[in-house]
Amino acid sequence: MLSIKNLHASVEGKEILKGINLEVKAGEVHAIMGPNGSGKSTLSQVLAGNEAYEVTGGEITLNGKNLLEQETEERAREGIFLAFQYPVEIPGVSNLQFLRTAVNAMRTHRGEPEINAAEFMKLAKEVSKQVDLDPAFLKRGVNEGFSGGEKKRNEIMQALLLQPKLAILDETDSGLDIDALKVVSDGVNALRSEDRAILMVTHYQRLLNHIVPDHVHVLAGGRIIKSGGRELALELEERGYGWLGIRDEDTANETGQ
Amino acid sequence: MATTDQEVNELIKKGYEHGFVTEIEADTFEPGLNEDVIARLSQIKGEPEWMLEWRLKAYRRWLEMDEPDWAHVGYPKIDYNAISYYSAPKRKEDMPQSLDEVDPELLKTYEKLGIPLHEREKLAGVAVDAVFDSVSVATTFKEPLAKAGVVFCSISEAIRDYPELVQKYLGSVVPQGDNFFAALNSAVFSDGTFVYVPKGVRCPMELSTYFRINAANTGQFERTLIIAEDSSYVSYLEGCTAPMRDENQLHAAVVELVALDDAQIKYSTVQNWYPGDENGKGGIYNFVTKRGACIGRNSKISWTQVETGSAVTWKYPSCVLRGENSVGEFYSVALTNNFQQADTGTKMVHLGKNTRSTIISKGISAGKSSNAYRGLVKFGPGAEGARNFTQCDSLLIGDRCAAHTFPYIESKNKSAIVEHEATTSKVSDEQMFLCRQRGIDPEQAVSMIVNGFCKEVFKELPMEFAVEAGKLLEVSLEGSVG
Ligand SMILES: Nc1ncnc2c1ncn2[C@@H]1O[C@H](COP(=O)(O)OP(=O)(O)O)[C@@H](O)[C@H]1O
Ligand SMILES: [Mg+2]
Repeated sequence: MLSIKNLHASVEGKEILKGINLEVKAGEVHAIMGPNGSGKSTLSQVLAGNEAYEVTGGEITLNGKNLLEQETEERAREGIFLAFQYPVEIPGVSNLQFLRTAVNAMRTHRGEPEINAAEFMKLAKEVSKQVDLDPAFLKRGVNEGFSGGEKKRNEIMQALLLQPKLAILDETDSGLDIDALKVVSDGVNALRSEDRAILMVTHYQRLLNHIVPDHVHVLAGGRIIKSGGRELALELEERGYGWLGIRDEDTANETGQ
Repeated sequence: MATTDQEVNELIKKGYEHGFVTEIEADTFEPGLNEDVIARLSQIKGEPEWMLEWRLKAYRRWLEMDEPDWAHVGYPKIDYNAISYYSAPKRKEDMPQSLDEVDPELLKTYEKLGIPLHEREKLAGVAVDAVFDSVSVATTFKEPLAKAGVVFCSISEAIRDYPELVQKYLGSVVPQGDNFFAALNSAVFSDGTFVYVPKGVRCPMELSTYFRINAANTGQFERTLIIAEDSSYVSYLEGCTAPMRDENQLHAAVVELVALDDAQIKYSTVQNWYPGDENGKGGIYNFVTKRGACIGRNSKISWTQVETGSAVTWKYPSCVLRGENSVGEFYSVALTNNFQQADTGTKMVHLGKNTRSTIISKGISAGKSSNAYRGLVKFGPGAEGARNFTQCDSLLIGDRCAAHTFPYIESKNKSAIVEHEATTSKVSDEQMFLCRQRGIDPEQAVSMIVNGFCKEVFKELPMEFAVEAGKLLEVSLEGSVG
């Protein structure tokens, strides 16, 4: 489904991604792990088409289509979803309105009729319960005054509503307490399906106890330096990133943020 | 809101009745302003002697005044002798004969606004109906209003039919010599709206008017007077549009509101005068004086405005809070794009005890436009326990536009309390990226973000206007992304 070949990207003239190679098939869950500053968010943003990042080399294709030729919104409509590490607020725009606009943009792209307000309300209420968000959040401004955990649940709710082909979850576990982690993980597991791929970006392995990945990759210094199965994550938990010869100040005093 | 054909025709006939058939058919005055022009205008309108005297007094005042230059706007000097001060409906053969002859850009705008086809024809000046410049305001629903005792008519009719009321209140809130443009308007106002709500009456419907400037090189000077007697209520809406023209056109209106004991007036405006093209060519100069007097105890006046049009706007709807416990409100959205300039805000003058005012101003600048908020909150010595709350937010789109805030506070009473909050924000790249990542078009994203920013003001608008206002923003923001 997703194929990344020798991807180089830089931000403000500084090269961050230095030759990423990755193949993700439909139905698979891949975990991208790595210390802070290794380029995980950069990779996520580049896949979603953030223009703040410049792609200086390499290829990305989604189901054979060249992603690098597509605008952010086109990629989204083709099925790429990014759950943000730091979701931004849009004051005064209700979550409900925002989500319905998004869902209708996707529907229009697929040649389907738009969903009306009443129908969408019903659907959104169901999905909000799935991530344990009070439906009252639907009426509030997008992420406006949400706690860290509420923002993360809101991101997963959006993924569940938009039903993407490729979901990229950037540190969706950070800042969550044990209960919230369970809710979010259940949400992500509900997303798992044969025709969908999930890319889970995380610093810590604890999320992977709830969402068992098919493949684990370690990103360091802008390159994938090691790939393996589930056991690689466990090994990292036991031995830290130092085991792979990577310096990581954060792992020493790991608190789960 | 609808101006029916029949009513339009009736209005024309009224003109005929007063015996100036040829004048009206011969459309527009030669450009220029002098006492003869004013006398001719007054004569065409069949006005009584006192009205002409009043106009001439204002004109003489105006001659001695200087055009204000303190606003944060710049425009070439206006030649007041190059403007025509009266334009009646054109003859049908001079108008476009069908929509095919109308500027397609203009039609696109109407279409986007969801204006029905027959209305579009009217707005575009197609010869199916009369279109009004100086001759104004076809009013709807006269019958149910008459039953309730509410008078809703053109100010010309009011001068004829309710001379005592007009003489008592015209110029009582905005005196002739209040400012340069008010003096000009007092001398040459061509028409406008008159509303009178008797004691204890709640006006049974929203009153609405569409104003429109059509003829080229014509100034529009409408005059509105609304009087709400004790314990009455009225909500009035005005919509404004103008066609696209390369020359600038002058619009200098005066609106006066009078609220007596326990009375409430709600005045809403959606203004979309032509703003000029994307290079800053053409557009309306909008120099307007709007003021309400809360004369009575517990009276209330609310101004709500959504302003997206005009090349240059100079406008400060104000409240004079004289009655004890009276309330003034100002809710405003002012959007500028391309080369538009707006200097707008409000004045809240607290004179009575325990008077309260609220100001919510949302300024949006895009393109190379400039948007200034200018507000004055004033407390007189008698304004014991008076309070004001001001919230003034600016939103910038892109990095070539500007927003300015000029808040002034004058207090002669120590017990008065003012709270002021101001913010400036940008439509951020992160917000845009979030929207686009969810599949939303950049233009739609900006419009959604801007609508969110304006929510507190939109909720003050009557329902159907709120929808229209949202669409207007969308149209006005076109081309501001990318
Ligand atoms: N917008 C940006 N401007 C400047 N530097 C950036 C920007 N985004 C990321 N970086 C830099 O790129 C590197 C990788 O960051 P990031 O992709 O956020 O890592 P991770 O998500 O793995 O913690 C860091 O050194 C960071 O400082
Ligand atoms: Mg990150």
